[in-house]
Amino acid sequence: MARIEVSLLVNGVPRTHAVEPRTLLVEFLREHCGLTGTHVGCDTTQCGCCTVHLDGSAVKSCTLFAAQAAGREVTTIEGVGTPTQLHPLQHAFREHHALQCGFCTPGMVMQGIDIIRRGRAGDDATVRHELEGNLCRCTGYQNIVDAIRDCATRCGARGV
Amino acid sequence: MRSATAPRAAARGGSEVFDFDYARPASLAEALALLEADADARPLAGGQTLIPTLKQRLAHPTLLVDLQGLRELRGIEVGKDFVTVGAMTRHAETASHAGLAAAIPALAFLASGIAHPQVRQVGTMGGSISNNDPAADYPGALVGLGARVQTTRREIPADAFFTGLFSTALEPGELVLRVRFPIPRRAGYCKIANPASGYVTTGCFIADFGDAVRVAVNGAGPCVFRLPELEQALARDFSPAALAGFSLSPQGLNADLHASATYRAQLVAVAARRALAMALAPQPHQESLPA
Repeated sequence: MARIEVSLLVNGVPRTHAVEPRTLLVEFLREHCGLTGTHVGCDTTQCGCCTVHLDGSAVKSCTLFAAQAAGREVTTIEGVGTPTQLHPLQHAFREHHALQCGFCTPGMVMQGIDIIRRGRAGDDATVRHELEGNLCRCTGYQNIVDAIRDCATRCGARGV
Repeated sequence: MRSATAPRAAARGGSEVFDFDYARPASLAEALALLEADADARPLAGGQTLIPTLKQRLAHPTLLVDLQGLRELRGIEVGKDFVTVGAMTRHAETASHAGLAAAIPALAFLASGIAHPQVRQVGTMGGSISNNDPAADYPGALVGLGARVQTTRREIPADAFFTGLFSTALEPGELVLRVRFPIPRRAGYCKIANPASGYVTTGCFIADFGDAVRVAVNGAGPCVFRLPELEQALARDFSPAALAGFSLSPQGLNADLHASATYRAQLVAVAARRALAMALAPQPHQESLPA
């Protein structure tokens, strides 16, 4: 099949690549944009490691074609913080030891920001419900929940 | 192609999705023309079921017609007697719409429990019902509320829309435009989900319209179905007493490694009791609605 040109805004930068229509958004990000912070854990819409923001909402980039995101705005983990200037939620993850191997962390942070912005970080049960689409095999989740709630308390829904 | 994921894809025998063409029409007329011109073209709504299906190579469309540009298929309208939801309305919008939640709280509650947040941001009502997965939530609400499905060709009552396992009354090239839900006096929904996948093992939607009661069961059988016996009993007495002694034959129910037909039959009674409890609660489940 002919390749199609897909243009989208990734972390504020316009990106255009000629890709096959079957190219997934996560493949576009990792292989064409070189942004490998977005991980592929399961490739079956379960683990949430590939979570990015599409027009400001958390979605799974393994379950969207890049073409579906054309003309829209994508934010990846590379767009929220840097090693020298961590995002407040990344800082909270470090403080609360909310990661061990780190594989799920980019997705957890992207989903966590979405949870805080929607005002859904008020209690443990709600945060856990909101994390249903993200799997972590190391931490047992408690420290992730703590980090998200702490960040929400410190920064507020509009501060992330 | 230089690719970090190439070994993974190669291990499965190459890129997992069959090749296809992609179109994003700007009008409904254009979308219908594209679908008409190619018998193997398929509409793409949110893709939250279709894309996993394509990854498993269970479908081989030549062209995907992405409906996201059709603004007229989006949105929720709340009237005096009906709530109308556009086909491309995402689950997250249905779950968080204040007017809809006030009119039919059980429908907002149902939408808030579909899959998980990232899927709810993308998946649509039209896509879900057109696929008619037996483990989906919306068929329970449509049949339980006696909704009517407006398509590009006609209006189909929910009872006639869902025809079987992954089957609907939709003809090739026919698209769902919107769904119109009558507003009940009260309603409740309970799903008993598989704890790992979150898919519906058994669900039950109960709606009281004053002069009639509707009871729909999803997940338990190959296709959503009604329980006339319970509807009559609840119409006489809309209370838990009406469910006493109810049992369902497991014949014809789904059986898989997660739940036998006998177990699902038992769950239907459990889900019905819980759905009724929600319908009878003075402030049903407001605390679980997303902000």
